[in-house]
Amino acid sequence: MNSLLKTTWVETKLFLREPVTVLFTFALPLMVLYVLGGVFGNEPDSGGNGDLVVYGGYGPTNWYTPAYVGLAIAGVAMIGVPAHIAEYRDRGVLRRLRASSVPRITFLSSQLIVAFLIATIGSILLLAVAFATTEVEPPESAGLFLLAFVLGAVCFSAFGILLGTVLPTARAAQSAGLLLWFLFMFVSGSGPPPEVLPESLATAGDYAPLTPVIKVLQEPWLSCEWAVGPSLAVLGIGVVSAAAAYFLFKWE
Amino acid sequence: MAPVIAVEHLRKAYGSFVAVEDVSFDVREGEIFGLLGPNGAGKTTSVECIQGLRVPEAGAITVLGLDPRTQAAQLRRLVGSQLQESALPGRLKVWEALDLFASLVPGGPDWRQVMERWGLTEKATASFASLSGGQRQRLLVALAVVNEPRVVFLDEMTTGLDPAARRATWQLIEAVRDGGATLVLVTHFMDEAEHLCDRLAIIDGGRIVATGSPQGLIAEHGGELLIRFSTDRSDVSFLEEIEWVDTVSRRGTHVAVAGHGPVLALVGAELVRNGIVPDDLRVQQATLEDVFLRLTGRGLED
Repeated sequence: MNSLLKTTWVETKLFLREPVTVLFTFALPLMVLYVLGGVFGNEPDSGGNGDLVVYGGYGPTNWYTPAYVGLAIAGVAMIGVPAHIAEYRDRGVLRRLRASSVPRITFLSSQLIVAFLIATIGSILLLAVAFATTEVEPPESAGLFLLAFVLGAVCFSAFGILLGTVLPTARAAQSAGLLLWFLFMFVSGSGPPPEVLPESLATAGDYAPLTPVIKVLQEPWLSCEWAVGPSLAVLGIGVVSAAAAYFLFKWE
Repeated sequence: MAPVIAVEHLRKAYGSFVAVEDVSFDVREGEIFGLLGPNGAGKTTSVECIQGLRVPEAGAITVLGLDPRTQAAQLRRLVGSQLQESALPGRLKVWEALDLFASLVPGGPDWRQVMERWGLTEKATASFASLSGGQRQRLLVALAVVNEPRVVFLDEMTTGLDPAARRATWQLIEAVRDGGATLVLVTHFMDEAEHLCDRLAIIDGGRIVATGSPQGLIAEHGGELLIRFSTDRSDVSFLEEIEWVDTVSRRGTHVAVAGHGPVLALVGAELVRNGIVPDDLRVQQATLEDVFLRLTGRGLED
C-alpha cells in the first residue's frame, strides 16, 4: 500500500512537471470556454424563428460548462495519460519498474489515481473560471453532478490507460490522443450544438466514447436528473478498458 | 560451499529465434562474475531468466537456493539490478527516485543514508535528465542496491560513457562488491571484464564457449607470450635452449622471444646468468580480446 501511495504521489508530481500535459489539461479547456462562451452567451435558444431548438433549449453557457468538464477529463485521459505510459515504455522506465517487481496492478492503479487527481484539479480550475467570468448557473443537483464527475473521470481515465497500453510509441500515443481529443470535442456535444451537426458527424458522435461522459455530466447540471443509459455506457467503457489494459499491458 | 547462482542448460527462444541455446555456469559468493559476449549473444536474456523476469524453456536455475520461476517474489527482495536500456523519468529528482525505489523494495536502510553513501546528497534535488552520464550511473547503482541485496545484476553499465565516467563506474562496481554483495556483470567490453571480473563466462551465439578467470583464460587460450628487450650481445642463441621458448628473433639490437607457460621467469633467469640485464625487458601478453577472437573466430565489435 505504501508503495502504491508513493508511486501515485511521485507520478502526480511528474505529471504536473510535463508542460504539454499541463497545457492541454488545464489551459485548452479554459481557452475553449473563453472563446465559445464569448461567442454564444447564455441566452436560451427560443426557436422563435421556426429554426430547430439547439442546446435542448438550455442556455449555451449552462450547456457547455459541464461539457467542458468532460473536455478536461478527456484532455488528461487522452493526451496526458497515453503519451505518458507509452513514453515510459519507450524509454525503459517500465523495464526499470518491473525489475523492482512493481506489480502491474500497482502501476496501472497509480496511473488511474493520478489521472483522476489531475482531472479533478483541471475541472475545479475550469469551474472556478467559468463562475468568475461567465453567467453560468450552478448545477441543478450538485451531488449528482459530483457523482457523474467521479464516474466519468475514473472510467474515461481507464480508457486513456488502454490507449497508452496499446499504442506502440510515445509519438503515436501523443498524435493519436490529440487527434481523438479534437474529434471528440467536435462530435461529443462540447463543440457545435449536436442538433446542427451533419449526419455523418452526428453518427460519429453517437459512437464517440466521450459523448456519454458529457451526457452524464450535463444531465444533473441542467435538469437535476441522472442519465441512466449513458451512465451505463460510461461504466461499460471503464470496465472493459480497465480489463483490456490489465491483460494487454506490456512492460516493454 | 554452494554457489550463489547455479545455471544448468538454460534455453530460451523468442518464436523461432533461439536467444540462449545452452548456458551453464556457477557464481560463487562474493565474486564479480562476468558474462562477456557480443551484442545479441544471449547475455541479457540469460540474466533476465536468472532474475525471474523471463521464463526459460528448459534448464535449471537456483539463486540463493530459490527457483526464480516459482519464487520470484521472495527472490526480488534479495537481488538488485540495473537492466540494460532502462531509465528513469527525466523530470524525476534524485531524492524522489531513491525514496520511491526504497519503498518499492523494502528492507534496506533509510534512503537518505544510501544517498549519502553514494555521494548523491548534493544532487538531491537535481532531475535525472540534468545529471551527467557518470552521475546517472551512480544513481542507478544506488537504486540497484537500495535494499542491500545479496546479489546484484548490472547489465551494460558503461555503454555510451566517456572514459573518465567508465573508470568512475568501475569504482562504483567494486564498491558494491566491497559492500559484501555478489555481482553479475554483463558487458561487451573486454577491458572492463578483464579489470573487474574474478571469473567470467564468454558467451557467443547463445552458448558458453569458455569459463574461467581472465588470467586463466588468457593463459589457456591466449597463445604465446612475447618477450622483448635490447642487447648489444650478438649471440643470444642460448635462449633457444630454454624449454618453453618457441622462437627467438632479432632485429639490430632488438630481440623478441616467443614462448608460453612460465617462459618469462626462465628467460629472465637465463639472461641474468649470461650477464645480460636489459633496462627495457617487456612482456607482451594476449588480452581477453585475443582469447575471444580465437574462441569465436571473430571480434567483439563485429
